[in-house]
Parts: sequence; structure tokens; C-alpha cells
Amino acid sequence: MENQNLNLLDRALGLDGPSEPWPLSGRVVLIEDCVETSGSFVLHQLVKRSLSPTSSNVIIFVAFANPFSHYDRILRKLGCNLVTQRDNKRFIFFDMLMLRCPDEGKSSEGGLVLLYEKILKTICGLPGDKKDYVTIMIDDISLVEVAANGGSDYVLDFLHYCHALTSEFDCSLITLNHEDIYSSMERPTLILQMEYLADILIKAEPLSTGLATDVHGQLTVLNKGTSHRLGRSGNKIHNFHYKVKENTVEYFYPGSRV
Amino acid sequence: MRGSLFESPAWCRVQCQRHCSQTPHKKEVPCVFGRPPQLPITKIIRLSAALLACHRRRSTPTAALSLPPRVCSLPPESLSCRLSTIYSWVRKTKLCSVDAAMATTKPRLSSFSRNLSAVSSSQTPGVKCGPNGTMFVSSGIADLDRYFEILGGGFPLGSLVMVMEDAEAPHHMLLLRNFMSQGLVHGQPLLYASPSKDPRGFLGTLPSPASLKHDKSRDRESEQEKGLRIAWQYKKYMGENQPNFDSHRVTHHYSGADNKQDYCNEFDFRKPLERHYFTRQRVNCVGIQHSKNLAALQEHCASFLAQHQRNDGSSALAGRIAIQSLCAPQCEHSNMDWEMLSFIKSLKGMVRSSNAVVVITFPPSLLSLSSTKRWQHMADTLLSVAAIPDEDKELAKLLSGYQDMVGLLNVQKVARLNTQVPLILEATTFSIKLQKRRFLVLECLNQAPVDGSSGSSYGTSGVFLQLSLTQKCYIEQLRMVSKEMDR
Repeated sequence: MENQNLNLLDRALGLDGPSEPWPLSGRVVLIEDCVETSGSFVLHQLVKRSLSPTSSNVIIFVAFANPFSHYDRILRKLGCNLVTQRDNKRFIFFDMLMLRCPDEGKSSEGGLVLLYEKILKTICGLPGDKKDYVTIMIDDISLVEVAANGGSDYVLDFLHYCHALTSEFDCSLITLNHEDIYSSMERPTLILQMEYLADILIKAEPLSTGLATDVHGQLTVLNKGTSHRLGRSGNKIHNFHYKVKENTVEYFYPGSRV
Repeated sequence: MRGSLFESPAWCRVQCQRHCSQTPHKKEVPCVFGRPPQLPITKIIRLSAALLACHRRRSTPTAALSLPPRVCSLPPESLSCRLSTIYSWVRKTKLCSVDAAMATTKPRLSSFSRNLSAVSSSQTPGVKCGPNGTMFVSSGIADLDRYFEILGGGFPLGSLVMVMEDAEAPHHMLLLRNFMSQGLVHGQPLLYASPSKDPRGFLGTLPSPASLKHDKSRDRESEQEKGLRIAWQYKKYMGENQPNFDSHRVTHHYSGADNKQDYCNEFDFRKPLERHYFTRQRVNCVGIQHSKNLAALQEHCASFLAQHQRNDGSSALAGRIAIQSLCAPQCEHSNMDWEMLSFIKSLKGMVRSSNAVVVITFPPSLLSLSSTKRWQHMADTLLSVAAIPDEDKELAKLLSGYQDMVGLLNVQKVARLNTQVPLILEATTFSIKLQKRRFLVLECLNQAPVDGSSGSSYGTSGVFLQLSLTQKCYIEQLRMVSKEMDR
């Protein structure tokens, strides 16, 4: 980790420390975005960091939004070959694009229960040394709700079960959701619960002046309960701007970009 | 690249050398040549070597070299080693941009493979290759394709396009008509779903491509308008040297040198599309008003998309699906929010692995805010249309050409398949005009000249409160623009 170029996002997430133990293990990360600014680049960055040669992470990627080829192309430009990682069993891809839970009320949760069991089986099936370094990524939660026909209770149950895995197996849970869907609701239970569960909250939103070609948006990272080197812990908020490119993402403090 | 066509390579070489000597500071030298079929490849190679040597000597920053399609379709091993030497020299010095078709045989040429827009796939009409391994079909509106030029020029295959309607005006129908007509003209199968009682009848209102004569005359007069008034000697070279992404009204830049079909046609709304285009095999019309739920439509879409499955490397015919007013109130499913979302999700999943484009229009005012946001997130490309009131003095002051405008088109999101880089373009709002009541034209909004006497900014809150909610966002953008300009 020390050899790589660490950017502001890595530092905000605490990835600038030693790579063993993985700083995100046992933690829940929630990425929020909106229509104007998509937050999927954060997900790609986390995939790249997790699959770096120095770490021994295994990623279980539950995709509801895009097929494997999409992520493969993007990560290849970022410098990570997903096909090789998939063959090495470090990247396990669950294609859920066509998942649709049946209409009847009682078995609406059936699809999600099966998905959870599949994830659990995969983790248990991993060899001993890899079992401690699992990352579960879900892209994205709003489509999980659609797949469950609007049963947000079932989605919450599913998320709680996945959260239980973080304490049982020390795995990390990274999810993406669209915050602007819930901002107009009266009781946005799902997003509030997710924000409560999350240890790290990453929010991608446009600048107040709108979109620009030089600065694509701003990221706000809330890291709850960080433990600094001095042993203290507390909440830390980071805010910086970003510009997304094909091969990399540039992060910089407001106004510091020439 | 545009340039001169020479019959003899020797003559071409002489011309290019003359160009190099006479225009030492030119950024681009138009050494594009096409060859008559009987010319052997060796002569081409010799000529290209001579050209490159000539440019190397002159140290011009860029030169252009185009190889004819027949050469490009040869497998790389059979290309003469001299051609490969030229090619490797090109890559090393980065002086030349090589025609896109060559770039596909040597995938490592990265920096210039972005200029793919001028090449259309020779096997499939109406389908173009774009960056990141995506293929594109035209939207049917030349201005919109040009706007998406950076993206690849059109709608990417496998994507979902959503158009947010304005309840006050049916401008989305213009976009839909152009989209459907373009597909039919290219022979691409079409599935059309609508909540009206007679979906098939709508086909009679589709526009027909404008006659070629009108196309060329429009281009010529607009080119003359845009042309600079310079000394006659330079004008001869300037016309050839203009890079194609700067010129505006040149629709024929999309068509290949010998393609009979244009990638994007100009459609004449006064001329209905000939009936032979919409035979039963090519067009399938589905009514969604009376079906209890969306299961029937989903089955139609599934069987349609199954015929257009994407296999790696094959160039199957592209397909188009147009669904009009998906949540229209006369449909029984219109109050089943999750049913509609689930349908869109499964449609999106199916279309990603197929060679088709889906366009769905819907009126967002009929959905809850949170549902609207969900629909917007599901779209790959998101457009919205708004009506413009007929006699609005404030708007007439703000915008030039206000009288001709029928509506506004806003591009809110652009499809980013296989890439994470967002596309942020300078202008996102266009005015919709019907030129001569026949041709759909999109223009960037231009502010009217500032009234020197007033000196205050246009955005007084009193003015904007009068306008309806749908127009407010566009007027906000205008206000921001006018503030920028006042600064």
C-alpha cells in the first residue's frame, strides 16, 4: 500500500495505513449519489484497491445495474484485470440483472433469501486464509428494491443479514444507493437505516454552482469511529472535489487545482 | 477526413508536396486519397511512404493518411511489411492520425482511435462503431447526433433512452417519429408500443427522408455562410483543411465515400414515409392501453430482443424499440408503480446484451417524485422536452430566434456504457425548431443581445414565478448563463 500513489479518498477511508489487517474489514460503507453525479467511480476505486496485489481480499460483487463486461472494461483501464481475478477466485460476480422476485407477497422475499444464502455459501466455501478478507459489494440497492417489488422491509432484512456477516466473518460490506430517490419521501426508512448502519458514508453530489468540465463534483466522506495513530477515535468528515478520467480519478481540495 | 480524390498516386504525391511547401504552418494537411480499385497495394504503400517522408521533412505537426477500406479489411499478417513499418513509424512519432478502420486491426493505437466518428461499419448500414467497444445508431436527428459526437454519434446499442414529456405539448412525438423513421429507412426492425387505440395508424405520420437535392443545397449555402471572407488563394486550401468537428451544418460528413445510405437522414414532416417501409415483418405494433399488466409487452420485447442478441464480433442488424407514454393514465398499469419499475429493469437487463436501442417516453408529472427519480436513474440517456409559451415577451427578450421555437430539449444524462467518465458538455439545452414546418432542427440557446440601456441582469424573480414548473429549470439555466455573462 505504501508504494502506491494514495489519493485523498484513500486517506479519507483510512487506506493509507498498513494493508494487513485490511482497514475496511468488519465495516459497512455506503456510497450515495444522485442523477447528476454518479457515484459508481468510488465503487470501481474500491474494487481496484481491494484487488491490489499486496492485499489478499476476495470480492463478492452482486450486480443489479450493469453486466460483467461493463465493469471489466472500466477496471481494465484503471489497471485491474477482472477476468484474471475471476479465474483466480478473487473476484466472484453475481449477475442479478434479471432477478425478479415473484409477485405473491409471501415469497417476494424468496429471491433475496436465496441471494443471501448464496453469498453465505460462497463465503463458507472459501479456503481458510481467504475467509477473513471478504468484501461484499452491492450495486445498487435501489434496484434491489425494484427486484423485491417495492418490499423495502425485505431489502432491509437482507441488508441486516449481510451486516451480521461483517461481525461473523469480519467481511466488509460496500453498497451504493441513490440518495435523491428518497429525499422527496415522507418517511425514507431505507436510506435512514442504511445511513445509520454505515461506518463510512461517502456522498457524491454536484457542486452548488452546477456541473463543470474541470470539476465533476464533490465527495463528502464521513468516517465514523476512526482510530488515529494516537489511539483516539472520533468522527471525521472529509470534503474534496473530484474529476473522473478513464485511467484514474483525481481528487483535490477545493480551489487547489491549477 | 475530407480532401481531394486523386486518380493517380503520382499526381496525389505532387499535390501533397505542393501543399506542404505552400502551407508550412498549416496544422493539418489534407493528404487523403482514395484509390480506384485497380491500383495495387504496393503503389499505395509507396505513395504513403512518400507522403510521410514529405511530412517528416516539413515537420508539419500533423498529417492525415487514409487507407481505403479494401486494405483495411485484410488481416494484419498479410499486410506488406512496408505498410507495417509505416504504421509503426506513425505510432512512434504520433504525427499522423490513422484512419479508424486501420485502428481496429491494431488495437494498441490509442491516442487517435477516438476519431472514429467518420467511419461507418461497412457491413451494417446505420450502425457506427464508437469508443469503448460500443456501437451506435442514429437518433434520427442530425443535430442530436452531432451533439453526441464525442460519445460516438447517436444512441449506443444496448442502452435505454428515456424522454420526459411535457404534458402541455407533444414535442416528444417529434423525437419519436424521427427515431422510428430512421430505423425503418435503414431497414432496422422496429417494435412500437403505444397507449393509443390504433398504434399502427401512427406509422402513417412518420416523416420521410428529405430529397437529396434539398440536402445538398442547404449544405452549400450554410457552408458559404460560415466560410470566412479571406483571400481567394487561401480559401481554396481552407475549405479542404477544415477539421470536420468544427463545421456545423454538414450532414454528408456522416456518409462514407461510396455509401448510398446516410447514417442520419434529414426528415421532412410534410412527406409521409412510404408504406413499403413498414411491412409486418419489420414493424410490430403493440397497444398497451387495454392489457391488465405489462406482462404482454414484456413478452413482446423479450421475443424482439432475442432476435437481436449480441454475439461477440458479429454484426447483426440493429433493432429499435419505441414505447410511447409508458405511464399514460389511460393504461391500467399506470398506477402500479413497482410493476412499471420492474418492467423497465428487466427490459434494461435484456437490452444490455442485445443490439438494440430502447426509447421510452413518459410524462413525469404523472408519477410521484421518488418514482420519477427512480426512472431517471434507470435511464442510460435522459432527455426532457418542454413547451414554450406562444407569446412571452420576457422570453422573447432573453432568447434570439424565439418566434421560431416550438419547445426546448434538455439533455440531462448521457449514456456511459463501459466507461466511468461522465460526459459534461457545454450546452445541455436546445431549442426545438421546425424549419419551414418540415425539418426538425435543434439549436443551442443563444441569448438575445443585451439591451444597452437597461444594464441590469435579466433574472428578476418576479418574471420567473409566472412560468410553470417544467420550464423553470431551463429558465434557471438561462439565468445562470446570463449572470455569467454579466460578470
